[in-house]
Amino acid sequence: MRIPCPLCGDRDSGEFTYLGDATVRRPPADETDLEPWFEFVYLRDNPKGWHKELWHHGQGCRAWVAVERDTLTHEVFGSQLARERAIAEDERA
Amino acid sequence: MSQDFRLAEGGLIDRERHLHFKFDGRRYTGFAGDSLAAALLANGVRLVGRSFKYHRPRGVVTCGSNEPNALVELRTGARKAPNMPATTIELYEGLVASSQNRWPSVNFDLLSVNNILAPVFVAGFYYKTFMWPASWWEPVYERFIRRAAGLGRASGAPDPDRYERANLHCDVLVVGGGPAGLAAALTAGRAGARVVICDEGPRLGGSLLSERIRLNGEAGWRWAGEAALELAGLPNVRVMTGTTVFGYYDHNTLGAVERVGEKGPRPPEHMPRERMWHIDAGQVVIAAGALERPIVFTNNDLPGVMLASAARGYVNRYAVRPGSRAVVFGNNEDIYATADDLTAGGVEVVGVVDSRAKAAQSSSHPVYQAQRVVRALGWRSVTGVELGDGTKLNCDLVAVAGGWNPAVHLSSQTGVRPVWNSEAAAFLPGEPRQAEASVGAAAGYFATSDALDTGAAAGKAAAEARGRKAKIADLPVAEEPRHGGLEALWYVPGRDKRSFIDLQHDVTVSDVKLAEREGYRSVEHMKRYTTLGMATDQGKTANIPGLAILAEARGQDIPEVGTTVFRPPYTPVSLGVFAGYNRQQNFQPVRRSPLHEWGEAHGAVFMEAGPWMRIQAFPRDGEDIMAATNREVEATRRSVGMCDVSTLGRIDLQGPDVAEFLNRLYCNGWKTLPVGKARYGLMLREDGIVFDDGTTSRLGENHYLMTTTTGQAPLVMTHMEYCHQVLWPELDVTFVSVSDQWAGVAVAGPKSRAVLQKVFPEADLSNEAFPFLAAGEFDLGGLPARLFRITFSGELGYELNVPADYGPAVADMILEAGEEFGITPYGLEALDVMRIEKGHVTHADLDGRVTAADAGFGKMMSTKKDYIGRRLAERPAFSEARRPRFVGLRPVDRNSRLHAGAHLLPQGTTDSIEHDEGYISSAAYSPTLGHWIALGFLANGHERLGEVVRMVDLVRGLEVPVEVVSQHFVDPEGERQNA
Repeated sequence: MRIPCPLCGDRDSGEFTYLGDATVRRPPADETDLEPWFEFVYLRDNPKGWHKELWHHGQGCRAWVAVERDTLTHEVFGSQLARERAIAEDERA
Repeated sequence: MSQDFRLAEGGLIDRERHLHFKFDGRRYTGFAGDSLAAALLANGVRLVGRSFKYHRPRGVVTCGSNEPNALVELRTGARKAPNMPATTIELYEGLVASSQNRWPSVNFDLLSVNNILAPVFVAGFYYKTFMWPASWWEPVYERFIRRAAGLGRASGAPDPDRYERANLHCDVLVVGGGPAGLAAALTAGRAGARVVICDEGPRLGGSLLSERIRLNGEAGWRWAGEAALELAGLPNVRVMTGTTVFGYYDHNTLGAVERVGEKGPRPPEHMPRERMWHIDAGQVVIAAGALERPIVFTNNDLPGVMLASAARGYVNRYAVRPGSRAVVFGNNEDIYATADDLTAGGVEVVGVVDSRAKAAQSSSHPVYQAQRVVRALGWRSVTGVELGDGTKLNCDLVAVAGGWNPAVHLSSQTGVRPVWNSEAAAFLPGEPRQAEASVGAAAGYFATSDALDTGAAAGKAAAEARGRKAKIADLPVAEEPRHGGLEALWYVPGRDKRSFIDLQHDVTVSDVKLAEREGYRSVEHMKRYTTLGMATDQGKTANIPGLAILAEARGQDIPEVGTTVFRPPYTPVSLGVFAGYNRQQNFQPVRRSPLHEWGEAHGAVFMEAGPWMRIQAFPRDGEDIMAATNREVEATRRSVGMCDVSTLGRIDLQGPDVAEFLNRLYCNGWKTLPVGKARYGLMLREDGIVFDDGTTSRLGENHYLMTTTTGQAPLVMTHMEYCHQVLWPELDVTFVSVSDQWAGVAVAGPKSRAVLQKVFPEADLSNEAFPFLAAGEFDLGGLPARLFRITFSGELGYELNVPADYGPAVADMILEAGEEFGITPYGLEALDVMRIEKGHVTHADLDGRVTAADAGFGKMMSTKKDYIGRRLAERPAFSEARRPRFVGLRPVDRNSRLHAGAHLLPQGTTDSIEHDEGYISSAAYSPTLGHWIALGFLANGHERLGEVVRMVDLVRGLEVPVEVVSQHFVDPEGERQNA
């Protein structure tokens, strides 16, 4: 498999490690209800088809990359630095 | 022995080069260019093995990698490789091979009694037979199955050869060097694209080497030779023969194995036996050809029954007569070309049995039109055939032509389902999903002219897709015997229990029909119930006939039944080449401290700690490790010791938001840490469990140095990158690992200050100027040195960091400065003993189940800030009274030994799990106290000091009463470290 790293270009998936769903959000620091924390830490969907996932380019530039991918066909649609995505979301919020 | 079956002339062999080889202990001669199978047939050896279940005699069936029968053990001793197809082994001088699955000999095999018992060994035999009594399973059934099962035997010895892995990138990968592949590679190669062309055989040409094909009026193999020469001369083209592309993975990455060292008994010096290629291809052209399929009839497994293409191949390519009197049987025009080739090769063709009502061409051979071979006659090899009308023909060779299956394997490995084509009566590759195209016979274009055309067109398209201007190469004009005209015929009804579909797994027509009757109607179920197609050849000759017979039994068409999924590898790949270099001491890189050689020079003994080699102890004249450890501990506690701590993780953090970042990473607070001070920090995982610990020092206003444990250092770095990039990108922080840039030496003991004062004569190291947890940067004769007053042993202690390359020199400097105090270097064992005495945790204790509160760090957890793990550390289950809490333990009888891993149970209970209250995580003999001590986790342990519980070690058969005590065995008030 090839993963497009926004900094390094297309690289072999062996250079990356997989974390999982990139769309889950850490609850706000002042959230005292345990339920959202439980969901954030333990609960993940296992979608068949489109998925946005975090990959770590540990054997490369060490960037965390959000990759859009089809879990069924393994087609990769694109990627973005997790850092830029997080900043963009903060600005929207 | 003479080569009685070798033709006087012809063939792509070098008759000047005689090669001597041994098969089953007998000596034979062949020629360079032979395969082992060709050389055996040239010498009249037709019986080459026994079948899997029934031990029936078996011979050569094919001329290539689809061979189900002629599997041999190649080489002897540690280099022995089982289940190697004789049809793909290139003959070399001194080759030694032997037949498989026979006892005592291939000609007289005692287990062929299974053949008589055949009615017992039907599909699902194992499931049905070895069911009861259950107590017989291990002592009786399993032993029997193990003895009877399997074909070749592995050597049982470590493989002495080397294997490599390598990467390859190209614009166009062409799989297969037949006419289609050559046309593709020439077209793309001439356009300047980076082309790799692979072929599993030893030379390029494919069907041009084995069929009577003429190109531009000359033998086809001549054109193939010229094409190969041109390709080899193009700097942008890489020709890889003896290389099988076995797997097609996502995003046009493919796996190939190159048999570098299979041209002799052992690989050439400094060369591997095999090389694994990870190929990243822009475009892939699959020109893998097609595999001929048999027609199944009774006794079709006798030696002498082979595929028609194989019979032609042995005559044309190897100049070998595969028999003396032949019957050719088939359902398409190929039978006439076969009869012609055999006649040209001096084989008498006694009959061409054409299953079709009418042939498309006239023939000079005796033709039996609209007839079928219903069974082969003979015992150890074929002696004749019987036709449907009762006619018997004497022969020693039956060449069978059942049509062709395009090699759709690679295409379907990409996830594309093959599509049934009723005209070709075959599965063709489906619509590509990746950047690939199948051409030539692999796409159902069986005529050589079509193969050349489709190959060249695909080569042009592939080169253009990679931004090259390409034009179709001038292609030769092809003349070849008429083929096609197929009328499907899969099997001839007869004695179905003797009509073999899968020759390697002995699966018969009756097995498939039985599976269908017993409800295994899905093709995937039938496959597993009968094991059809599950042998090492993966059913290359068997799958489609098996499918057709299942379809007939179900009363359906083949496309309705569907096909099983093809998965890598295309042909078997040795495990050694997957491992490559990563075996034994090279399994993973070994990490060595910058003080490794320094330790060696001072008599250190090393031990493995994860990837690291760490100093275990410095034994002196005859000491064992324990004696050395005790001496090192005593010397350190009495005076001063020094230890290599270079392996700790070090992360340099800079920026205005470092304190905030640390505050969120660690459970304790960091906002108040002044410049020049170190602080102990505890990191949790987001689920509230302890992740790592270490000290972090503030070296400047916006400059911090974090240390992590040796083992977790890479994970902590990754975790911090996650937190910074994914969770809190707004924090203005930069950090980098500097673990490898610094050497670290711990100096500990009452005299450590005196030693370091000698090393840094200018600095004021007094307790007032440089107190416990002080951190500072000092000049050491021009070297930047970092000194931290931190301790793991509980003694007055320091850690000194210097640039890695200067580690050994500085370590010697400390040794010299400490000489007057009797400074003693100590290893990991002494370090561990001292930290257990002091009650410090390591990852032996923090094993991924322990919370901060469990480990006694509950008070460190800030309630004033957010940090990773804060909320889930508050979950109710983590504050239950019965949770195991960190305690110290000592034996009531001070002579008893304690063991890590042992369990803790209350007194007066039985040794059962419901009474289990905890476990020992660390144990050591304390030379300071003179008895064994331990750290562990005991339910509600911090409230049970003074209580006596039982240490139960069922593995060692021990029970020892132990007293629960504070984990701080030595200097609980910390007077020594603060001194």
